[in-house]
Amino acid sequence: MRIPRTALAACLALPLAAASAGADARDLTIVSWGGAYQDAQKKVYFEPFKAATGTPLIDESWDGGIGVLRARVEGGNSTWDVVQVESEELALGCEEGLFETLDWSKIGGKDAYIEEAVDECGVGAIVYNFVLGYDRDVLKDAPTSWADFFDTEKYPGKRALRHGPKTTLEFALIADGVAPSDVYDVLATDEGVDRAFAKLDTIRDDLIFWKAGAQPPQLLASGEVVMTSVYNGRVDAANRDDNRNFGIVWDGSLFTIDSFVILRDSPNLEQAYALLEFVGSAENQAKLPQEIAYGVTNVDANASVDPARLADLPTAPENMKSAVELDAEFWLENIDRLTERFNTWAAR
Amino acid sequence: MPDQSLAPPAAGHPAAGTADADSPDALKRRLRRTQRMRKLKAVGLTAPLFLFLLATFVLPIGDMLRRSVHDTELAAVWPRVAVAVAEWTDRSTVPPEHVFAALAADLRASREERTLATAARRLNYAVDNGRSLVFGTARGLPETSPDWRATLTEADPRWADPETWAAVEQASGPLTGFFLLAALDLRQAADGAIASVPPSSAIYVTVLARTFTVSIVVTGLCLLLGFPVAYLLASLPARISNLLMIFVLLPFWTSLLVRTAAWVVLLQEQGLINGAMLWLGIVDEPVRMIYNRIGVYIAMTHILLPFMILPLYSVMKGIPPHYVRAARSLGAPPATAFARVYLPLVLPGVAAGSLLVFILALGYYITPALVGGAADQMISYFIAFYTSDSLNWGMAAALGAILLTATLVLYGVFNRLLGVDRIRLG
Repeated sequence: MRIPRTALAACLALPLAAASAGADARDLTIVSWGGAYQDAQKKVYFEPFKAATGTPLIDESWDGGIGVLRARVEGGNSTWDVVQVESEELALGCEEGLFETLDWSKIGGKDAYIEEAVDECGVGAIVYNFVLGYDRDVLKDAPTSWADFFDTEKYPGKRALRHGPKTTLEFALIADGVAPSDVYDVLATDEGVDRAFAKLDTIRDDLIFWKAGAQPPQLLASGEVVMTSVYNGRVDAANRDDNRNFGIVWDGSLFTIDSFVILRDSPNLEQAYALLEFVGSAENQAKLPQEIAYGVTNVDANASVDPARLADLPTAPENMKSAVELDAEFWLENIDRLTERFNTWAAR
Repeated sequence: MPDQSLAPPAAGHPAAGTADADSPDALKRRLRRTQRMRKLKAVGLTAPLFLFLLATFVLPIGDMLRRSVHDTELAAVWPRVAVAVAEWTDRSTVPPEHVFAALAADLRASREERTLATAARRLNYAVDNGRSLVFGTARGLPETSPDWRATLTEADPRWADPETWAAVEQASGPLTGFFLLAALDLRQAADGAIASVPPSSAIYVTVLARTFTVSIVVTGLCLLLGFPVAYLLASLPARISNLLMIFVLLPFWTSLLVRTAAWVVLLQEQGLINGAMLWLGIVDEPVRMIYNRIGVYIAMTHILLPFMILPLYSVMKGIPPHYVRAARSLGAPPATAFARVYLPLVLPGVAAGSLLVFILALGYYITPALVGGAADQMISYFIAFYTSDSLNWGMAAALGAILLTATLVLYGVFNRLLGVDRIRLG
């Protein structure tokens, strides 16, 4: 039997038309990192937002990757509106025009947020740090700086750093006496890179490299290492959930910011702004650190966090004092070159 | 179909058929038809597997090989300069003015279309700080200029360096040797000569050699440990050997990740093995067995051991025990009987197991990542890094292509020495 071509076309087009009509009417969707973090967000942001505004909201999770966002936006008909991204995805996606340029007047104005959280395409969601972590039960004489990390006479034993050049080279330079604020200026020069590797050489035989964020607390807990670079949130989780007594050195730590972006051509633009305004308000942000040890970005939020809890957060003024922001732009430009260099250094 | 109703008697009793149906032509035609039907059936049955292999194996590998030499990323966003730079002949100096003008036009167009990031990423592979070169030049670009060469060189002095232009030219595709050269620690200079990269970034030849060393050592260890086990399994009574077989298969069925994590617990300095050795007084201080090569060898050998034992076992099971007994009764000492009679018979199993373990070991990624140190990462680690961390797919494809080629060469050598037709899995 011959099916008339028009009929066939109609059959194929119908579901497509229905799908696109459905897409126009779909609910606002926010995408975050899943796990304990998204559970906390759901409790303090998403559920209260739904209750307060009556806007339906779907929350999904993802594992990152600029390729995923590129495919969604350029393929059209994306089902995502607001996405939480890391600093490198923010920089890349903004350059490529994957995100809406934010109208800051709709989310409380730039002045409401800490300086580092303001970007053309994104508003900071959380602040978290790479810090020096140690076990207080093992090291009675607490280390106070990255210089102590490299002092194997005062603190014998193994130490762990992240596998690869990122964060590792910064900490080596800070330990070698470079002021945290100058670290990327020094690292941009060949002499600076040599200096960082020379510093790593001094503890070469005592170094272990971790690859996943879950490894450093495990290395500390098993006594395999006496100190490690670690995400501050992991230290807090180990202390709260596993009754560990891990300490943090905030001096010379590296912080980074995850941001919310709105994907380009989102059909739910107004609702997306309403959500970001709700999530960005000082009153709502102040509730997040009680659930999980991340800093928040609204300048007034920290004032209403319980002072005892504030001490555990990256955004406590005391902890922020000598921290430096991880330079996403520097690493986008240099990651291939310095990864090769790191591996030749390791193979020597 | 009237033809068919006539067919059975005609076929069964040729003499009973009419003269017409009996004619050689009709018979031939029928024969051809049945053969065609059979072929169609065979093709129909194998089609799903064929399509599956095509979609999951041939096409991805083909695409990967293509990506390692085919590069249109820059030409797609900077079409004018990609064409213009091809006319650049005198490589000792920078290209003529119209190439600079083409670059300026492309920079402006791609700034408006927001494709600067693509060009910046591609140039950054070949030029140190190529991203800031592209973004910095585009940021301050004027609408018009009487002398684009002067304007661009002023924006960034690196445009006055022929090496920068050589990078642009090499990135303009469509065919490029850039990634394959880089995967062999080589680069092409502005004058076209192929040179080594500086020693501080020459890593991939070392990594490739390391990958093969680890794979060969693991294969050797598996053979050493697996041979006696397989022999034991093959010579014990079925009741006991079946029980022992469970011990081989149980870890085989356990997730690779779980087994690797278990080795972390066992091998670490405060772990069970070090604890036991300290307690027994074998060592005075903990031995470092993890986050170095020893850990990689131990964990990979353990994980791959069943792939050696199973082929060996099934080949040994098929060797009648009276062959060796006959050799012994004819006066051969045990060693001679083993070497002259048993070993040649087992060789196909040894070959199969070794090849299986070796090829599997080449692609190992998670295990060295978790139990190895920074100097123990194998080539798949770098392929994964370029695929998902730095998004440099050309480089990932080139490393993959190099690994594939090296593996095929080794397989060819293996084939010449032992003969693949002699391999037996059972």
